Formats: sequence, structure tokens, C-alpha cells
Amino acid sequence: MPNKTFFWFFLPTGLAMILFIGLPIISTGIQSFYAQHDQVVKEVKKCDPFGCTVSIVVDQEATSILRDEKPLGKFNGFGTYIDRNHLAIEQISDFWKETDSFGEFINQVTNLPFYKALLFTLTYCLFVTPNVLLLGFIIALSLNAISRKIRGPLIFGTILPMIVTPLVGSLVLFWMIDAEGIIGANLQLMMEDPYLSLKSSRTLTWITIIIYGIWHHSPFAFVVFYAALQTVPQEPVEAAIIDGASRYQRIRHIVLPHIYPVVTFVALISLMDNFRVFEPIIGFSAEGSAQSLSWLIYDNLVNEEVILFGSAAATSMMTIIGIAILLAPVLIRTWKEFRTAR
Amino acid sequence: MEYGLDKRSNALKTFNTTFIIIWLLIACFPFIWTFWGSFKVRADFFSRADWWYAISAFNTLLETGGQFTSKAYSEAWTEGEFWKASRNTIIVTVFVVSISLFLGTLGAYALSRSTERYAFWILIAALIFRAMPHITLVSGYLFPFFELQIWGILPTTIVVLVAINQPFTLWLLYSFFKTVPKELDESALIDGCSYFQAFRYIIMPVMWPGVITAGLFSLMLAYNDFTVTALLLNQENHTMVPKIQSYLGTNQHEGNLMWAVSAVVSATAPLFMLVMFFQRQVISGLTTGAVKG
Repeated sequence: MPNKTFFWFFLPTGLAMILFIGLPIISTGIQSFYAQHDQVVKEVKKCDPFGCTVSIVVDQEATSILRDEKPLGKFNGFGTYIDRNHLAIEQISDFWKETDSFGEFINQVTNLPFYKALLFTLTYCLFVTPNVLLLGFIIALSLNAISRKIRGPLIFGTILPMIVTPLVGSLVLFWMIDAEGIIGANLQLMMEDPYLSLKSSRTLTWITIIIYGIWHHSPFAFVVFYAALQTVPQEPVEAAIIDGASRYQRIRHIVLPHIYPVVTFVALISLMDNFRVFEPIIGFSAEGSAQSLSWLIYDNLVNEEVILFGSAAATSMMTIIGIAILLAPVLIRTWKEFRTAR
Repeated sequence: MEYGLDKRSNALKTFNTTFIIIWLLIACFPFIWTFWGSFKVRADFFSRADWWYAISAFNTLLETGGQFTSKAYSEAWTEGEFWKASRNTIIVTVFVVSISLFLGTLGAYALSRSTERYAFWILIAALIFRAMPHITLVSGYLFPFFELQIWGILPTTIVVLVAINQPFTLWLLYSFFKTVPKELDESALIDGCSYFQAFRYIIMPVMWPGVITAGLFSLMLAYNDFTVTALLLNQENHTMVPKIQSYLGTNQHEGNLMWAVSAVVSATAPLFMLVMFFQRQVISGLTTGAVKG
């Protein structure tokens, strides 16, 4: 296709992506260097028969004029990146000096908002992704062995958790697991602990959200693996059976190598999606004990008084860097393949 | 894998069947339970006293005199203004699907027929864009949108959702277009068609399965989106998912939590119907990118 034709065909979609994905990233970058204005204060002298006192009050008018003039806020350089709510360089060096043991230091650091969120996000990715791959693969193998006639409805049932939006999915589970729901209430009875509830323990909350993640993402892995299983050639499998290979050996040495490229694809997509975990935290009302990077941004953006554009943007930029680190190995590999292919 | 040579032991068969049944229970029961509970009063579905109330409908009988009540639905749809939210969802979904398909087919066709190196890089860029968490993009939109005073209205959200949706649509349609033989449009070009005519009259008619799949995925994205719609729309224009969240915020009020339950059911039911109907397309869409490489 000539370049000119390509240009016109691609223009609309290219324009949409540049305007609404490319530019916003740049806009986020610019915003992250600004912080909201401080409130303008003025001294007010108040005199009464016993003498004069000077008090400091917020000058609402001047503040709003300043905000209207420079809506982006004041220039802050990398100030937002290193403040207490983000990388917290100062606090960390203080902790380093003050704490005695390394464990305590780590404990202090992971109490800072950004590191707390990072820790949760990484834990979530680390636990959900491998389990999704495993469970998805087992379901695919298992369904593949079931009679073809009834597979259709079974597949429909299997993919339900994936097609609902994460907020709805987590709500539906939350209503069952909550202290007043069917599972939660029965757990309380079984454990004989009337105060056992999701919100009472940080570990429980994390486990619940991770289980939710596995529940929500496994169907995706299942669908891809299931389709890949249909393409496994029959001859080597039959040869292996004749040679006396066990079921496990067949899976390990014939099926897995065949679907290996698909496994990396699922792992990559799943990792990308898990890194942006956000809606389940709202669905499970788990803000108290589990916060993710995306949730931090959301929290800044729905701030009651002033929207903290700068703070949200700084967290966003660091999230994007995180994504870039996750994607880097794949991109490097693709580029090498592309070069050798040429 | 039904190999003639492969004999399964009965134990394995039983284990397999049990596993599938347990998994299906885990996957489906929460939805069935929520559907059941949405016809009860709050004191039953969220019972402090006894979870069995949700089945025996103890309080529902007391309060309404029947086993089932549709009070939560009628209140959510009228008083809770869920009708407005679903109207907004329909508007957003229809526009997002049609615009993204229009842009996506044009772009993906060009990508699949180009042999230049930049086509490869565009696809890689699309992959990177696909990986961006939506909330980071939203934090980039909010400020400019406030300044331009286009925040809070449906058209802005539609355009944003279309753009966010493009990378995935492009990849999906690209792999579909790759399966259409090049000779088809080349012969049309030799016969004197322009590229656009070849695209419109030769390629599009054989592309319907791919277009339907891509359309379904755009629909699911627009229908399910929470991040963009919750932050870019004002109260008045909220679609269903942010509306459900707004019912949760005030759950001290007795009626509201049941509104959320009935709203969840109302929002999920059409989606399930659709997927049941188009199951084959959904699955082929999820797998084309992966299996064909």
C-alpha cells in the first residue's frame, strides 16, 4: 500500500490515539511538575478595649484570584515526586538513621503511602498472575476432556466472572463475604468469632482481593489456553501414548511446549491488567487496608477540597514507569525477533 | 482431545467432572445468589441474625407480605434515577461501538496491507498504549478538560472511550484482516478499484465475523467502564457503573444498598444475554491475537 493511501486510512485512528492517549501522557508529565497553590494568608488586626491582637486568616478572595490566574498551580519541579506522599526521600533517610534493625526500617517505609500502595500492587501481581495461569490451564485441560455436546454452556458459565466489570464482580463477591452475607456469616459461626470480618484484618482483606483477582482473570487464561489446546497436533500425542508416556509426561513434553508462546501472551496481558488493580478496592470497600497505585491516583482526583492534580500526575508518571519496566523484556524480545526476521 | 488410544480411568473421569462442577459453582453461584437476593428486602439479603433468612424470606414476608419483592428495582429505576443512567449507557455504548469500528477497520486494514516498517512500530506503540492504566490517562485529561470546559458531558467521554479502545480494536482487527487473502483486494485494484473501493466493496463484506467480534469488545469496554465515566462525567450524566457506586456511598440509608443490588442485576443481565448469544465471537476474539501470533 502506498504511503499516501496508508496515511489517509490511518489518520482518524492515529489522530484519536495521539490526541487522547499520547497528549494526556504529556499533559500528565507537565502537571506532575506543578503543585496546587498555597492559600494566601493575611494578617488581621483586631482591636478591642483591652488591646490589639494580630491573627492570621485565609484570604479567600486572593486565593481564588491566584487560582484563576494560574490554574495549573505553582511550579514545583521534582518537589512532588520526592515529598512524603510519593518517593519520600527525606523520610526514608530519616528512617535509615533512626531505626535499629532492617526489618523495622522496611516496616516504617512500607507505611508511607506510595510504598504501601506499591507493595500491595506488586503482591497482587505476584500472587494473581501465576495462579491465573495455573487455574486457567487446569480448567482448559479439564473442560477439553468433557463431551463436546455439553461444552457450550459450560464455557459460558466459566467466562461469566470475566465479562462483568471488576466493580460489579467484586461487589457480588463482597456481598457474600461480608459479615452479613452468606459466606461471611457462616464463617463467623464456624470459627465461633462474632467479630471476624473482612474489614477487621489487613491480611484477610489482601487475601480476599487476591482471590477475587484469580476468580476474575482465570476465565481469560482459560479461553486462550482452550483455543490453543484445539491446535495441538494429534500425531505426536498418539505416538507418545504408544510409547507409554504417562498423562503428565504428555502434558509436560508435548502440550506445554506447543502452547508456550500463548502462555507468555497470557502472562503479559494478565500482568498488565493486574498492575492497574483499582476497582476491587472500591468494590470491597478496602481502602483502609489495601491501596494500589491506581487507587492513590483516583483518591487524589476525587479529593474534596482541591483536586490534587500534581500529586495524581506524579503517581501516574511513576505508574507508567512501572509499566515500562514490566513491558521492557517483551519489547526488547520483539525488537530482536523483528531484526532477525528482516 | 478424544484420542482413540487414550483410555481414561474412571477415577480420573470422576475427578475431572467434580472439578468442573466445583469450578462452575465458584464461577456462577455469586451471580445466581445476587439475582435471588435482589428480590428480597435488605434485612434478609444482608441479615445480621441468620443468613437462612435470605432463603426463607423471613423479613420479606413481614415487610411486603410476599416471598419476593421487586421494590428495590422499582425504587432504583425511578427514585434512584437508574433509568437515566441506563439511557446514558445506551448512548455512550452505541456511539463508542460505531465510531471505534469505523476508525478501527480503516486503520487496521491499512496496517495489514502495509509492508513498510512503520506499520510494525505503530502496532508496538498501540501495544504500549494498551498497557497504560486508564486512571493515569484520566489524570491527564481532567485538567485540560476543566480548562476547555468540556468536562462532564457525554460527547467528551465517548471520544475518550473510543480513543482508549483503539489499540485493542486495531490489534484485533489487524489479525482478522491478515487472514483475508491479499489476492482478493489486489485483483480488485488491478480491475481499477481505488483502495477505498476495494476496502469497502471487496474486503468489508467478508470481514463481518471480525467486525462483530471487535464490536462486542468495544461494547463491553464502553458498557463496563468505571474509571473514565466516574471521573469524566458529572452526576447528571453518570452511566450505570458509576451510578451503582454512588448507591454504595450512602449505604447508611436502608433502601440504597438494595438499590445497588438490583442495579447490579439490571446492568449485568443484558450483558450476559449478549454474551450467551455471541459466545463464539467473544472466544474467537480473545484467541485470534494469541493463537495466530
